[in-house]
Amino acid sequence: MWDHEIRAMASTHAIIAASVFMATVVPAVLVPGFSVYGSHLLWLYSVSGAVTAVSVAVFWLLGITAPAKKHTLGYKLSRLFRSCVYFFLSCLFFHTVVVLYGAPLIESALETFSLAVLLTSLTTLRCLCVLGPSVQAWIRVFSRHGAMSVWDTCLQITVACTAFGAWLGAFPIPLDWDRPWQVWPVSCSLGAMIGFLTGLVGAPAWIHYHRKQLTYKCK
Amino acid sequence: MKVRSSVFASFILISEVIGIALFLRGFFPVPVKSSLSSKSKLSDLPAEPLTGDAPNSSRLPQPLFKRVVILLVDALREDFAFGDSGRMYMPYTRHVVERGSSHSFVAKARPPTVTMPRIKALTTGSIPGFIDVVMNLNSPALLEDNLIWQAKTAGKRIVFYGDDTWVRLFPKHFMEYDGTTSFFVSDYTEVDNNVTRHLDSTLKRDDWDILILHYLGLDHIGHISGPYSSLIQPKLLEMDDILKKIHSALILKETEGSLPYLLVLCGDHGMSETGSHGGSSEPEVNTPLVLISPAFKRKVGMEKPGVVEQVDLTPTLALGLGLPISQNSVGRVIPSVLEETSLRDQLRFLHLNGHQLSCLLKDSIPNYEKEAGFEQFRVAEKAHGNWMKRFMEGNTSEVLSNMGKKVLKQYLLALSAMSSALSKQLGKYDMYSMIAGMLLLVLLLAMPEALSAEAAVDLPVLSALLSLPFYLLCLLLSSVHVLVCTSAESSCYFCSLSWGLVFAAVVFSSAMFCILSPLRSSGSDWTLSELDVLLLVGTVGHTLSLAASSFVEEEHQTWYFLLSTLCLTIFQDVCRKYFREQRVSGDEEDHLLPSKDHQPYAHPKEEIYLEKWLALATPIFTLVCCRLLRSLNHTGVQWAHLPDVGHWLNSSEHRTVLSLLAAFCLVLIYLLVQRRCSLVSKIALALGLLGVYSYRAAVGNVMFPWQHAGQTMSKGTVEARFVYVFVLGILFSGTKDLLRSQIITADAKLKSRGLWEIYSGLVLLVSLLFRAHNLPVLCCCLLIQSLMAQFIWKNLHYDAAQTTIMHYWFGQAFFYFQGNSNNIATIDISVGFVGLESYVEVPAIFLTALSTYAGPLLWACHLVFYLSSERDRSPVAVGHGCYCLALLRSVPAAAYIVLVTVLRYHLFIWSVFSPKLLYESIHLLLTAAVCHFFVTMEQSHSKSQGG
Repeated sequence: MWDHEIRAMASTHAIIAASVFMATVVPAVLVPGFSVYGSHLLWLYSVSGAVTAVSVAVFWLLGITAPAKKHTLGYKLSRLFRSCVYFFLSCLFFHTVVVLYGAPLIESALETFSLAVLLTSLTTLRCLCVLGPSVQAWIRVFSRHGAMSVWDTCLQITVACTAFGAWLGAFPIPLDWDRPWQVWPVSCSLGAMIGFLTGLVGAPAWIHYHRKQLTYKCK
Repeated sequence: MKVRSSVFASFILISEVIGIALFLRGFFPVPVKSSLSSKSKLSDLPAEPLTGDAPNSSRLPQPLFKRVVILLVDALREDFAFGDSGRMYMPYTRHVVERGSSHSFVAKARPPTVTMPRIKALTTGSIPGFIDVVMNLNSPALLEDNLIWQAKTAGKRIVFYGDDTWVRLFPKHFMEYDGTTSFFVSDYTEVDNNVTRHLDSTLKRDDWDILILHYLGLDHIGHISGPYSSLIQPKLLEMDDILKKIHSALILKETEGSLPYLLVLCGDHGMSETGSHGGSSEPEVNTPLVLISPAFKRKVGMEKPGVVEQVDLTPTLALGLGLPISQNSVGRVIPSVLEETSLRDQLRFLHLNGHQLSCLLKDSIPNYEKEAGFEQFRVAEKAHGNWMKRFMEGNTSEVLSNMGKKVLKQYLLALSAMSSALSKQLGKYDMYSMIAGMLLLVLLLAMPEALSAEAAVDLPVLSALLSLPFYLLCLLLSSVHVLVCTSAESSCYFCSLSWGLVFAAVVFSSAMFCILSPLRSSGSDWTLSELDVLLLVGTVGHTLSLAASSFVEEEHQTWYFLLSTLCLTIFQDVCRKYFREQRVSGDEEDHLLPSKDHQPYAHPKEEIYLEKWLALATPIFTLVCCRLLRSLNHTGVQWAHLPDVGHWLNSSEHRTVLSLLAAFCLVLIYLLVQRRCSLVSKIALALGLLGVYSYRAAVGNVMFPWQHAGQTMSKGTVEARFVYVFVLGILFSGTKDLLRSQIITADAKLKSRGLWEIYSGLVLLVSLLFRAHNLPVLCCCLLIQSLMAQFIWKNLHYDAAQTTIMHYWFGQAFFYFQGNSNNIATIDISVGFVGLESYVEVPAIFLTALSTYAGPLLWACHLVFYLSSERDRSPVAVGHGCYCLALLRSVPAAAYIVLVTVLRYHLFIWSVFSPKLLYESIHLLLTAAVCHFFVTMEQSHSKSQGG
């Protein structure tokens, strides 16, 4: 039914996953002393940056982004500006949530904020790319039976996987094993990353196997 | 037979309490204690037995040793000294063992093979259990009769270097000491150097009688890299060198004519194949015991070391030093140490040991006359008397010495029989009781349709009683009982019960099994919302997490985490309700607002708007509250040392802030609670809260603005009693309303008011008991409850099960917010003295339990009030809620009991798992009480509906 779209989705996801892989490997070659645990923040930034750049490029090239109502330059610029504001607000939102979950308020604020940036680039950025900067559309997609296209379903799956991964990643922190990946925020960001990658793989597969059951209400 | 579901649930809870009590009875053996609280004295010692009229002499034989050096190497395994590699590891020790004047044994340590209980065992001669730790909650010092105390009382000068556990156990007992902490496991050189540095100077001096050295390095190496690591050999060589140094120094000091020295090398416990300890495997239990003294015969070759109990060292040392044996010692003197003394002295020593053991036996075993050992001891004592008579008459023939040897043998037999009878009593898990309790508990999890909202449960009692499985099960259980109890070495609680009682229990339990087992819930197709998924996953996940000791230590983290997630999920639910449904209604113009559908009257638009925003704000507010409360008290282990707000508030510079905060909280509590009270209760509440503040001011936590800082502090008894009066008044007025609503008029409003007044009485009492810096916890608790009840639970139509689970989660989280943890040390015992001049046991225990479990109790009470005050709910909601609460409590309790049974030889079983077990069982008891409250509520409810 949506074979074409599923194929496009799978290839998009493959590109994004490859970018994550490259963002881990390339600095390991270029920067001396780089490791995922040791210089964790650097890895976080490199992955966030890569995912951001690649998603924006890919979604823009594929033209999945919600169609703009007007084609004036000013409107586009204001959309871009709004997207940036949303991005920043989402970082703040994630930061607040993580602090409410118990992260130290002042002590490791930089680490917490980096985690928030990673989460934003994995979740909110995709929303921005697919749905555009409109809260109404976001609420629609993330409520029950709110998906209106294959891309909406895919968005639901990846975002849920990422959030769940980060959530699950917090569990090993209290264990007294003294491993390097138990240091804040390594386990959470790794969990989010693994969740995200699972979502990237899982979303096309799930949609492919459930394509008979999926029916979308047209607008 | 139809049974009301709530009655059924309370029945189940009672059996659960019985089950857990049985389990605890098996898990914590009753300690063998002498009934006398005083300690053994020299003057109490029995006279030397002598038949005839001659005056009995109560003299003690001369001590065997003048000086004793105890070299205790932590985690010294038996094969390190006596094994094949022993020659390589400890060459000098091996030489002494094979050629020197020494005795060597394998000393068996009892599990838990952990340092502190082992030290207690070595010094008291008893086998300490966990329950001792609980009993001596507020004093880390060892109060029992022990060797060190006896030595000190007898004027011996004791020097100690090594593990500071000794220093804590025996404060002021040592003439000179230097404790090293075993905190840094990764350090294995410095700990030992800190002990050895004192050695040279101490050995040169003459001013001590007993020197105790406790080396920790070997244990640390074991924990780091196991018993086969390359670090072991150098460490053992170092220990060997130290032994050599001490031995040669002692030989140098040796003078003609004086008593000889004794050098003891021992380990407190062994080391498993992986290097840890705590369990009961052979390498952990077997430790070497080497006694070196010129008083012993010189050895001619390596013999296989004999096996003794670790506790046997205590009476041996006591007798060797001429001290009374400590009262609770279950050890028996090592006979080969006495070999070189005269026959008369040998008999006298054995008699002393036997007398002490028989006294202990009399105190701890009810039918002690039947014990074989006791009988043997009586016979031996008589024979001893006869022997003494002849000896005093001057008989020195061969016959006499043969007779004496016979008496000696009799004594030894009696000692070993008595000692084993005593040690059978303790230090062992009573698996039969444990499994019985566990089965009873796990069986109850088969509660039928636990989450369904049915009013009554159909119990097929008659058909179950007539079925074949019932009789088969009866037969099976009885035969198991007979088998277990007649088998040779069992010492079970059950076996000491009378047969009739046991048979009744067997019939009852098999009947229960037959009745409950067919009641499995039929698979129903549930549609789960995100909230249901979270609640299920959270409950199951929390239960599973209890298997890891760090998750038990940091259980509060689990609850905080789940609570935050719950708030976010509720937030999402609220968003969906208000935004999504509004959109739908906006799309279809002819529809009314869905939120209006179930309202009896139409709200004006602004009110809906306000309600919407308040509903949206509630979960966020709750989240913020929880985050703030979380930083109020840091509990657990890993992060407990971090500075928290509670400490900041309690420091004396911030007393003004604390006073303001406490006053604000009390005012807020008043405002939140007084809404639903009658006028009289309102006044009583206000006065009571005022009393709380003045109590805190009197105790010195807070101050009145007109007060000066340097005022004298009192115990605040008057103020506290003033508050108690109002608490009782409010509780009385609530009960009166409740009874009136039940008996005279079926007035739901009156009933709800009565319930609320009981609840507010509880709040007042808790606010008195809570420390001043914990008042925000109470305040937030009330605030969240009223907000949630107003905007979330009612508006989003959560059913009774969901509401119950949320209440339970909040209760658990608040338990930790108030500073509790799964460690016994965090219990605030000072609460037991509020309003009391001196320690009175019953109120003290009651108040301590109340303040410790204030969080869960308040939430459970609120649940009762909330469910029964909801007019539009189905009448079975209360019963259903009660059901869920019972289930929620019993799932983790049952799982935990199974876990503890499996992990009973875990390293942390005494330090982490056992305290948690106690917390769980007390919580279960309290939940049972609350559920009974539920049941009475529901019965009156149905009565009022029927009437």
